[in-house]
Amino acid sequence: MVKKTTSPNLSRRDFTKIVMTFLGSIMGAMVGLPIIGFIVSPALKTQELDDWISLGAFDGYPIGTPTLFSFTRSKVNGWERTTSSYGAYVLRKTESELKVYSNVCTHLSCRVKWDEDAHAFLCPCHDARFDINGAILYGPPPRPMDRYEFKIEEGNILIHLTGE
Amino acid sequence: MAGKVFAWFDERLGLEAFYSTVLDRKIPKVNWWFTLGSASLFLCVIQALTGVFLTMYYVPSPAVAYDSIQYITKGVAFGWLVRGIHHWSATLLVITLFLHMLRTFFYGAYKFPREMTWMTGVLLFLLTLGMGLTGYLLPWNQRSYWATTVATEIFGTVPFLGDFLFKVLRGGTDLSALTLARFFSAHIWILPAGVVLLLGVHMVLIVKLGISNIPGEDE
Ligand code: HEM
Ligand code: FES
Repeated sequence: MVKKTTSPNLSRRDFTKIVMTFLGSIMGAMVGLPIIGFIVSPALKTQELDDWISLGAFDGYPIGTPTLFSFTRSKVNGWERTTSSYGAYVLRKTESELKVYSNVCTHLSCRVKWDEDAHAFLCPCHDARFDINGAILYGPPPRPMDRYEFKIEEGNILIHLTGE
Repeated sequence: MAGKVFAWFDERLGLEAFYSTVLDRKIPKVNWWFTLGSASLFLCVIQALTGVFLTMYYVPSPAVAYDSIQYITKGVAFGWLVRGIHHWSATLLVITLFLHMLRTFFYGAYKFPREMTWMTGVLLFLLTLGMGLTGYLLPWNQRSYWATTVATEIFGTVPFLGDFLFKVLRGGTDLSALTLARFFSAHIWILPAGVVLLLGVHMVLIVKLGISNIPGEDE
């Protein structure tokens, strides 16, 4: 171990050790840091989604029954074009009252399905249930069903798709 | 604390003895030509490290091999660097190995008792050429494709066995997806396994026998 770094006591051997450690650390960092960047690189690239998706005519949806509208979006991940599917449950309660839910379960992202007999949204993964208003009836989800922001233009429903 | 931890391991693994046999061993007074083996070893380690990282993005399929390499070079942070190092160090390694062979040849270092060191070295050199040959196909660009067409045709000219070798290398008569997959497998599993094995023997022999003196000089 090095006790004093001032001259007459610094042996050649200790000097070499210090220089080697110093240069070695710099070389290690020069190689190591880029490698870390190389590995985590795809995690740092985000592609923000900000689209308005048309779900078709408002009048086409039945009153009182949540109805699924499915659509896909694709993004480029690395060398591949990845297509993801989305599902929006449109609930036209009365002529004017409208709700659009995401079918992604708020627990761990399985997809929920409206079950007319149970009169609830059922998640097949861990048995969650949400009522027609998206409130939790049963199961592990931490929050009610997520809803899409929407607007109605010329009789068509448009939902706002955001996120990564 | 650190000393105690070290002592615990040392008592069981003999680290001190390992250190002194490997690093404090006696060597004759030699010159810079004697560094070529270490330089090759260093480059070999660099190839292994950068190669392992390349496999994180590279896909050995004709449909996407080229795109995955483009992505490494243009999309991944420092991908150009990792790929560039793998590319250039592959070339440098062949050069350092060749010079290392010339050095051991002209200094007569292959003579008794070091014949096995020489023989494992020759095989290591051939395996490295094999690494270069198989790696060159992986980017799946025009140059890779035609270089491999030519190289496999060359194997095809071997008397009697040629046609068979040609088909074994290509995985059939065409240069196809099978060729790419088997070259990849050879490049990252089969040939490196051979290199590790032979390099182990090569290094053990060097430590065990010590290195030879420059001919005509006294110990
Ligand atoms: C003796 C050691 C090695 C040599 C001489 C060597 C040589 C090469 C060469 C010449 C290429 C083509 C690169 C280019 O033209 O851009 C290549 C590509 C590749 N090598 Fe190696 N390699 C070695 C070890 C390894 C190891 C140990 C691995 C992985 C475990 C590996 C994985 C790869 C991959 C994935 C590619 C395709 C990426 C690319 O072409 O840039 N290599 N290698
Ligand atoms: S993901 Fe829906 S209940 Fe677990």
